[in-house]
Amino acid sequence: MLEIRDVSTSYGQIKAIRSISLDVPQGKIVALIGANGAGKTTTMKTITGLLVPDSGTIHFEGRRVDGLKPHQLVKAGLALVPEGRAILGQMTVQENLEMGAFQRNDTAGIREDMEKMMSWFPILKERLNQLGGTLSGGQQQMLAIARALMSRPKLLLLDEPSMGLAPIVVSDIFKTIQEINREGTTVLIVEQNVKQALKIADYGYVLEAGQIVLSGTGQELLANERVKEAYLGGRKVQ
Amino acid sequence: MFWQQLVNGLTVGSTYSLIAIGYTLIFGVLGIINMAHGQIFIFGSLVGLVLITEADMPLGVAFLAAVVVSAILGLILEYTALRPLRKKNVPHLASLISTIGFAILVEEAMHKLFGADSRAVPVSLGSEMYDLGIVQVRGVDIIILAVSVVLMFVLHFWINRTKMGKAIRATAENNETASILGINTNMVIVTTVVIASALGGVAGCLIGLAYSALIPTMGLNLGFKGLAVLILGGVGSITGAMVCGIILGIAEVFSVAYGDSSYRDAVAFGLIILILLIRPQGLFGRKV
Repeated sequence: MLEIRDVSTSYGQIKAIRSISLDVPQGKIVALIGANGAGKTTTMKTITGLLVPDSGTIHFEGRRVDGLKPHQLVKAGLALVPEGRAILGQMTVQENLEMGAFQRNDTAGIREDMEKMMSWFPILKERLNQLGGTLSGGQQQMLAIARALMSRPKLLLLDEPSMGLAPIVVSDIFKTIQEINREGTTVLIVEQNVKQALKIADYGYVLEAGQIVLSGTGQELLANERVKEAYLGGRKVQ
Repeated sequence: MFWQQLVNGLTVGSTYSLIAIGYTLIFGVLGIINMAHGQIFIFGSLVGLVLITEADMPLGVAFLAAVVVSAILGLILEYTALRPLRKKNVPHLASLISTIGFAILVEEAMHKLFGADSRAVPVSLGSEMYDLGIVQVRGVDIIILAVSVVLMFVLHFWINRTKMGKAIRATAENNETASILGINTNMVIVTTVVIASALGGVAGCLIGLAYSALIPTMGLNLGFKGLAVLILGGVGSITGAMVCGIILGIAEVFSVAYGDSSYRDAVAFGLIILILLIRPQGLFGRKV
């Protein structure tokens, strides 16, 4: 569904990702893991059109999409839950959700999806008329996911959904992601919480210093010595 | 006397509010102060005035022309002075300077096209007086107040309730977030600049009616008043612009009525300094 080939992106002189290639097949959950500064968010921003790559190609459903504007990519079927959630704090929960459906004009469908989000995230229903900025971190994360789903994306991109959340909330969020995937949405997730991410992922890529150094199924990577050592707090090799 | 002056203040102030709303809308989505705002709408209003005096057009047509010309100038500003800089990701100060450049060009164009002298507005519209018990009101004051208030209500509703209005608020809060939600932020910016300039065009016409004259240099003066209102109300706050425009108008009128007309601006701007000392973020601004 999403094919990234040899993509490099830089901020001015600094190359943040170098010649990255990865695939997200339809219906799967793919995880991109790595430490701080490895280039995970840069990769997400490049896919969603917030950054323009220096070289390489990105195809979505067979159509070349690198260089398109973010709003055009939303129309194509991509939705991003950005790092730090990016809730519109001065707008109500309801308005945040409405903005998620900005590209759509099917009033009935939007209302239906709104109901669906309320049943998935009951807390949002209670806070519908509250400003987004007044929600707690976990609630904001749910709102960010619900808001992204309001565009009825084919591919949902999640950038560090577990960041800054209590462990119990994190496992809730991961359960929700699996549920969304089961309903037919393809997922690409970027995480520092490697264990959780690989557990739910069909396939994973490891990003180090802007390059992909390892890939494999979620289970393979969980069992991999190098991954264990670097990300899962495994023993040091004697 | 008191009530009479209050009505005068409301009338003048409501036009300041319209001007300040233009500043605040553009600041919201672009994060810059459009220093060409005053010149843009005085240019538009002068075009309207010339249509009346030279081409014998009816007032309605001239009014519409003034608004449309202001909106088009706003559009030109966006495409020549703002968007090219935005693409290059330069600091906001650069676009501040480019709007000043645009302001100078528009001002020079006005001198060339319309002359530097004051032009009388030959409309006898609303010169009759209405006796409302404690106050006597000119018809034109009623028109000015009615047009401004209705426009402000419409704008308030539009910004808060419509999809496009919400997209403007989303873009104002966070441009990047708005774009990943599927909002074409460039389109939102164009819409905002056009609406802000058109509102200015309305304000320019109303001021022409109130003073029965227009001068090219009014753009600079009125622009500064709009800016003062913007800061007083809290940058980015539409409610602040509405309320504080009227406060400034009333302060001005009262300083003339009970003091000395040459102290008008001093009193008004002194008041602003005083308020800012107490509330640096403006009356309706949020603490950063």
